[in-house]
Amino acid sequence: MLEIKNLVVQIEDKRILNGLDLTVNDGEVAAIMGPNGSGKSTLSYVIAGKADYEVLDGEVLLDGENILEMAPDERAAAGLFLAFQYPLEIPGVATMTFLKAALNAQRKARGEEELSTPDFMRRVYGAAEQLEIDRDMLKRALNVGFSGGEKKRMEILQMALLQPRFCVLDETDSGLDIDALRIVSEGVNALRAENRSFLVITHYQRLLNHIVPDTVHVMSQGRVVKSGGKELALELEASGYAEYRATEAA
Amino acid sequence: MPAVQETIDRVRAIDVDQYKYGFETTIEMEKSERGLSEDVIRFISAKKDEPEWMLEWRLDAYRRWLTMKEPEWARVSYDKIDYDNLYYYAAPKRKAAQSLDEIDPEILKTYEKLGIPLREVEALEGIAPQNRVAVDAVFDSVSVATTFKAELAKAGVIFMPISEALREHPELVRKYLGSVVPVTDNFFATLNSAVFSDGSFVYIPPGVRCPMELSTYFRINERDTGQFERTLIIADKGSYVSYLEGCTAPRRDDNQLHAAVVELVALDDAEIKYSTVQNWYPGDAQGRGGIYNFVTKRGDCRGTNSKISWTQVETGSAITWKYPSCILRGDGSQGEFYSIAVSNGMQQVDSGTKMIHLGKNTTSRIISKGISAGRSQNTYRGLVSAHRKATNARNFTNCDSLLIGDQCGAHTVPYIESKNATAVFEHEATTSKISEEQLFYCQQRGLGEEEARALIVNGFVRDVLQQLPMEFAVEAQKLISISLEGSVG
Repeated sequence: MLEIKNLVVQIEDKRILNGLDLTVNDGEVAAIMGPNGSGKSTLSYVIAGKADYEVLDGEVLLDGENILEMAPDERAAAGLFLAFQYPLEIPGVATMTFLKAALNAQRKARGEEELSTPDFMRRVYGAAEQLEIDRDMLKRALNVGFSGGEKKRMEILQMALLQPRFCVLDETDSGLDIDALRIVSEGVNALRAENRSFLVITHYQRLLNHIVPDTVHVMSQGRVVKSGGKELALELEASGYAEYRATEAA
Repeated sequence: MPAVQETIDRVRAIDVDQYKYGFETTIEMEKSERGLSEDVIRFISAKKDEPEWMLEWRLDAYRRWLTMKEPEWARVSYDKIDYDNLYYYAAPKRKAAQSLDEIDPEILKTYEKLGIPLREVEALEGIAPQNRVAVDAVFDSVSVATTFKAELAKAGVIFMPISEALREHPELVRKYLGSVVPVTDNFFATLNSAVFSDGSFVYIPPGVRCPMELSTYFRINERDTGQFERTLIIADKGSYVSYLEGCTAPRRDDNQLHAAVVELVALDDAEIKYSTVQNWYPGDAQGRGGIYNFVTKRGDCRGTNSKISWTQVETGSAITWKYPSCILRGDGSQGEFYSIAVSNGMQQVDSGTKMIHLGKNTTSRIISKGISAGRSQNTYRGLVSAHRKATNARNFTNCDSLLIGDQCGAHTVPYIESKNATAVFEHEATTSKISEEQLFYCQQRGLGEEEARALIVNGFVRDVLQQLPMEFAVEAQKLISISLEGSVG
């Protein structure tokens, strides 16, 4: 499903990704772990198409198509979703309004009919219930005055609504208390499907107790330096990132 | 929700980079000679067949004006206006007429192109009675048509060009004209008093709720011509009226002067809601051309518990100098000012309001949203004052500025004067920027860049848009989006 080949990226002349290779198959949940500064968040932004990152080499293929030339909204319509580490606030725009605009924009881009309002409401309310999001919150301006946990749940709600093919979760566990972590994880797990894959970026093992990955990749110095099964995360939890930091210093 | 979608759809459908009202109408015009003199004023007055007192009033204003200086305190800069090179009167040669059939077809076409219904039949099609709008269309210096006059007259409402009102209701005009904005008020208002040509006159009798929205549509067409309209609205005791004003002008390389005066009078328990969508030609990206908009708008809440509400959406003009104000004279009167000022390119906006609390228990509310893009400068200038007799005066002011890009400027200049210890004035101000992060976030969810910006801007101005009549709000939303197209580099 997602194939990254020899990705080299810099920002303001600083090399962040150094020939990164990564493959995530259909239905797979892949975790990316690594010390601070290893390039994890850069990877998520480059996949989603944020400006300011200069791609010097390599490809990112989604279902065989290179998405690096596509605008962020085109990538979204192609089924790419990024759950932000720090979701943005949009003052004055009701969450409901935003959700509908986003969903319809994607559907339109794919040449699909707009959803009828009752259909749309049903989907939103269904997802909101699962994520324990109060309906009143949907009337409030998007993310404005939301707690950290509420913002993260709102990201997952959007994911549930937009039904992407490929989901990137950037440190979704940061700032979550244990209950919120459970709710968010259950929300993600409910979305696991044969035709949907996840790239779960995290610093800590604890998220992976809830969202159990199929594969774990360790990043260091802008490259994947080690890959394995879910047990690799446990090893890291025990040994820490020292080994990988040492490589960095070298 | 649907409104946002509609904005987006409409923006898409419209040609980018086009001030779409920039076309010119070719038509035979009758003009005064260039420049200003007592003779020109006599000419204008004679053209309109005015009573003698009106001519004297004008001449008095003119003599005053000669002694006055153009104000320089606003944060705007422009080449000196050559008042001797302007035409102060320009009117289509064909006489403005009793029926539409007598109007020059070119003018009818112009308003058709602008989407302003001058034929009552068309205006009625598919529109519920409560949503009807009566229109007074002012073309350069004269009113060319006023619709629904007869129907309004049944309710006792007078809605006609002010030049006509001077002949038909001289006592009303004489009583109220200049009673809110005195002849000596300021340089531009005094100039207007000397040369004003047309504009609308509205009188709502006691206890009458005006049965439809009233509106005036101003169009500047002729080159080198100033437009000096004068609007006077009187809401007698216990009456209500909602009035809309729209403006456009052709795209030209030279600047055109627009110096209007609007006076509102609300007597006991009366309410006036005055909305403006100002879309004068703003000039091109290099700052060539565009309208110089120097306007004095003031409402007098003369009666107890009266209310005046200004709502404005300002997207046009090269220079905007405009402070719609309320004099809260009657006890318990209320003033409101809701404003969205969008500036792009090289536009300069210096706009705001004055809330003058004179009576007891008077309240006012100011919500101002400035959006600056391109290399434009956008200043909010507001005065809130409480007279020593204004016990329990209350004001709430909120000024927010949104910057798009890093070459524009937003400024807030609040003046607060309180001579009464019981007055409570609150002021809030914020400046924010549409961040690349916000845009990226929206795009990541599937919204195109223009859609994302429209959504964010609409969110920013939402509480002001809500004050506009429904139909108008959609127009305004569309207009804002168009004005900002391509504004993020």
